[in-house]
Amino acid sequence: MALVPLGFLTLFFAWPVVAIVGLGARAAMLDTLASSDTWQLVGFTLGQAAASTVVAIAAGMPLAFLLARCKLPGRGLVQAIVLVPFVLPAVVVGLAFRGLMPDGGVWSIILANAFFNVAVVARTVGGLWANTDRRAEDAARALGASRLRAFTAVTLPALTPAIGSAAAVVFLFCSTSFGVVLILGGAEYRTLETEIYLRTVQLFDLPGAAALSILQLAAVVAALVIGAVARKRRQAALKLRGRQETARRPVGGEWVVVGIAYGVLVLLLTPIVSLVSQSSVEGFRALSGTGHDNSLEVTGLRAAMNSLSTATDATVLALILGVLSSIALMRLGRSAELVDVAMMLPLGVSAVTVGFGYLITLDALPGDLRTSPLLVPLAQAIVVTPLIIRILLPVLRSIDDRLRQAAGTLGASPLRVWLEVDLPLAGRSLVTAAAFGYVVALGEFGATSFLARPDAPTLPIAIGRLISRPGELNTQMAYAACTLLMVVTIAVAVLIERFRTTVEEF
Amino acid sequence: MRIGNLAIRKLTVRFGSLTAVDDVDLDIGNGEVVALLGPSGCGKSTLLRAVAGLEPQAEGTVRRGDEDLARMPVHKRGVGLVFQDGQLFPHRDVAGNIRFGLRMHKINDPGRVDELLDLVGLSGYQRRKVTELSGGEQQRVALARALAPRPGLLLLDEPLSALDRALREQLALDLARMLRKAGTSALVVTHDHDEAFTLADRVALMREGRIVQTGTAEEVWRHPIDEPTATFLGCGLILDARIIGGTARFDLGDVHLPWAPEGTHKIGLRPHALVADPDGPLQGEVSGRVHRRDHVRLLVKLEHREVDAVATIADAPEPGHPVRLRLDPDGFALVGPRERLSVF
Repeated sequence: MALVPLGFLTLFFAWPVVAIVGLGARAAMLDTLASSDTWQLVGFTLGQAAASTVVAIAAGMPLAFLLARCKLPGRGLVQAIVLVPFVLPAVVVGLAFRGLMPDGGVWSIILANAFFNVAVVARTVGGLWANTDRRAEDAARALGASRLRAFTAVTLPALTPAIGSAAAVVFLFCSTSFGVVLILGGAEYRTLETEIYLRTVQLFDLPGAAALSILQLAAVVAALVIGAVARKRRQAALKLRGRQETARRPVGGEWVVVGIAYGVLVLLLTPIVSLVSQSSVEGFRALSGTGHDNSLEVTGLRAAMNSLSTATDATVLALILGVLSSIALMRLGRSAELVDVAMMLPLGVSAVTVGFGYLITLDALPGDLRTSPLLVPLAQAIVVTPLIIRILLPVLRSIDDRLRQAAGTLGASPLRVWLEVDLPLAGRSLVTAAAFGYVVALGEFGATSFLARPDAPTLPIAIGRLISRPGELNTQMAYAACTLLMVVTIAVAVLIERFRTTVEEF
Repeated sequence: MRIGNLAIRKLTVRFGSLTAVDDVDLDIGNGEVVALLGPSGCGKSTLLRAVAGLEPQAEGTVRRGDEDLARMPVHKRGVGLVFQDGQLFPHRDVAGNIRFGLRMHKINDPGRVDELLDLVGLSGYQRRKVTELSGGEQQRVALARALAPRPGLLLLDEPLSALDRALREQLALDLARMLRKAGTSALVVTHDHDEAFTLADRVALMREGRIVQTGTAEEVWRHPIDEPTATFLGCGLILDARIIGGTARFDLGDVHLPWAPEGTHKIGLRPHALVADPDGPLQGEVSGRVHRRDHVRLLVKLEHREVDAVATIADAPEPGHPVRLRLDPDGFALVGPRERLSVF
């Protein structure tokens, strides 16, 4: 069972990555490491990621409080609004922030990255917060602590594992963020991720790009290991507590926090609203064409259709891989930790690295995969599978094994047990996982920008191309296409919220 | 599917260096209910799970008629399993849970669900959600679900432990009646004597992975095979005695035990072997007292030792006060292998 996903992972992930390492190590590793440009790049990558993480946590904490502890009307809506930025395609976010902050600069990059990841903080921290026994705080208050003091002395330490885990994930996402930095930073502000892309596509400096990828890889592995440790602690923390309703109407100073949380919600909505307001009827009409001076090789609508079919293929593929991996990981029990981290690698290793790796290895495979329409879905599936595992595995793990044993003694074969017990009980999260996978594949930009052929772009690639070319028509088309992507994304986010279960995690 | 006796031979389950079940032989007759009784951690649940096929490391044979169950996968063994806490399928209603085994075995018997709900006293519950049932109702549904495909053997793993006391006693009586009525051979794992004696035709006592004694409730109650077993079965005090003509003579006096064979033996005293009685021959001093439901348990300083005794609630003396005690034959057990006893 474990062999299929592991084989797939080896062929379509490990091999390309190893090939990059080989390429980089042979040629330019030392030169690259010695160059001061490299370290400036590393410094900026880590610096902007750290700043974005701080902003995301500052904005996410009030939302976590609102979601976990406050019984107020419109909670489902709040959850959906929080989730939407996380699943929005990077190009859409990039374009929205470029519209909001035309002068761009470092701050637009930091805010856009934070905007993406507020949901990770709010959901991860909120999940633990909702399961944290309120009576510890009550005890502190009874002993004379002010509300603030009770929070800093009791609640905050209890939430630390979740905050740490969320921070690790957000830092990882921000330091490998591609589309946003490419659109907002241009040639001026570059991270490792965009530099790898620029060196490959524009300068054809493959060894240099590979050397940078190695650096990137090392950082990602470190972050993942830290994240895994934090996650383990958080799961341990979650187990200690019974599940009970801890939400209630806010009182006193809590209303201030609630106010701040609603303020954050408004800020989260701002880029979305501004983007929609900038799209025009002309833009939508222009989608049936190829843009100003034929900027695209196909029409905008053709690109949209490509996107839908590519994302569907990628989702089906990723679901198969994700389900098989989850079952295998569950069977492995305790020893699964290492495999778990291995399966998570594609989530953190930049999509750009995956795309770049494909470019240099896939020639060696039989059949002409490089020109095959399956190439892009394959790469997207690699990026999406870890997310599916993250959603599915905790649910499968939470099913009592004795339930399966009961079905077994009643005459159900192992396959039948899976169909009769696991599938119905994990069904809702399977829908969530599929929906999640679909929107992420739909908006995938990093790997796809390497692999999509000019005559078969997906919508995000078409948007990227449109805004890099002059012409008012192109800009309007880009805004219209972004709005289109956003509508689909929001619809799926609402679907995810409807099918949400309590045990999933990012 | 009822095919003859079940014979467990040389069953052993090892977890690394720990031997949880050690070379166990056990027979379960057709329609017989056997209780596997022992303290927690003695391996009784592991033995049960091995019979069900849920312990991959199990060695030995489990024969039913001509079949060796040990060679079959779980789903082909034809055993029913009831867990401590129901483990009902939360996504199916009561009828759906009970029908599950029928579907798996492709048995078409439309009346079966109603019949079983009748048996477990839950008629009309077909459409109920299992998540809305009480603990006792869940266990009844779990029993009905396990019985539905008419298994050759029913396995019950501490079926009543998750329930509160009053409900447990009532359900133990109901369960005993239901098992008789269903006529299925059954193996019940429990750490509770009352439960074992209520449910079972025969009790198998287990300690440290081995079965140390089997027999009817009366046999094991009166003749625990060794001192640890006697202690487990409630004998707080074990003394040497000489039995002549049905009367045991020992440190505290004489007691009439007509069922006891002649000779020198160890006898076990349960708390109610010593009863507070103003006319009793023994004189002691109360050093502690605890209220039980229908009596008072006393700790009495008797000469150089402290012993357990019982008193009625009405005339239980206070700690520090003197108390007179008499011996009650009902509270005595004879400790030692039965075979040796009968030789004398």
